[in-house]
Amino acid sequence: MSHGHVHETSAGTSNRVKSLIAALEAANVLTEAQLDGAVESFLTHAQPANGARLVARAWTDAAFRRRLLADGNAAAAELGIDLAHWAPVKLRVVANEPGRHNVIVCTLCSCYPLALLGPSPSWYKSDAYRSRAVRDPRGILAEFGTHLGDDVEITVWDSTAEVRYLVLPQRPAGTQAASEQQLQALVTRNGMIGTALV
Amino acid sequence: MSRIHDMGGLHGFGPLAVESDEPPFHHEWEARVFAINRFLLKRGAYTLDEFRDAIERMPPAEYLQASYYERWLHAIESLVAEKGVLDVRRG
Repeated sequence: MSHGHVHETSAGTSNRVKSLIAALEAANVLTEAQLDGAVESFLTHAQPANGARLVARAWTDAAFRRRLLADGNAAAAELGIDLAHWAPVKLRVVANEPGRHNVIVCTLCSCYPLALLGPSPSWYKSDAYRSRAVRDPRGILAEFGTHLGDDVEITVWDSTAEVRYLVLPQRPAGTQAASEQQLQALVTRNGMIGTALV
Repeated sequence: MSRIHDMGGLHGFGPLAVESDEPPFHHEWEARVFAINRFLLKRGAYTLDEFRDAIERMPPAEYLQASYYERWLHAIESLVAEKGVLDVRRG
């Protein structure tokens, strides 16, 4: 395993989890099967393809783009995506424009629009990203191979338990003939976090 | 007094470690911890704010040593004990 400063997990941790589950099962709070179901449901429903649908629609429908920027939750609901399924979170979508780039972070922990981007990458939750994204966003972007000119202003959005951000990337040049579905395929997770361009 | 979780702007955590093709969970127990938390939140055993607080009040040295889901596990264990989650359901 190579991510972050996460070490090999000791058997101790795995055993602690097993004991916790056994205690919760014994107290009739939950069953192991319910846990498996919860993981499966999460992985099935929380996908970056959901974020990509919002982005591609915003690229092809100016009225939708306005609604998305004005009220992210309502616009997502139009596409059948329920953002507040398990926590009452507000979605704020921030648009990249010529001369203006956006990046999201959660300095306090790991808040992230899971429903739109899927499970968050370890680097997003790492102490290194959380501490530095707000101080040296240009340096962070460079580590992703994303080099922005000095004339591009970068805004960093610090997520909270109540407000989650999503970056609306700029539509790539030369995609005028592309269908909405083809556009969706161009949208990347990191593009919607803001550490990459699309 | 700020707690260690308030990391914005701190120095010294080094370069990012970016893993390509990262799996959603690196160990089965991480997925289990994720699911236990989701389940307990949904049934109202504790709130999301209480969960965050339980992570944030970890002793700083322990917090910095723990991996992401180890912090979650610590918080769940704390809240299960504090809220009497095991007692209420018994009998």
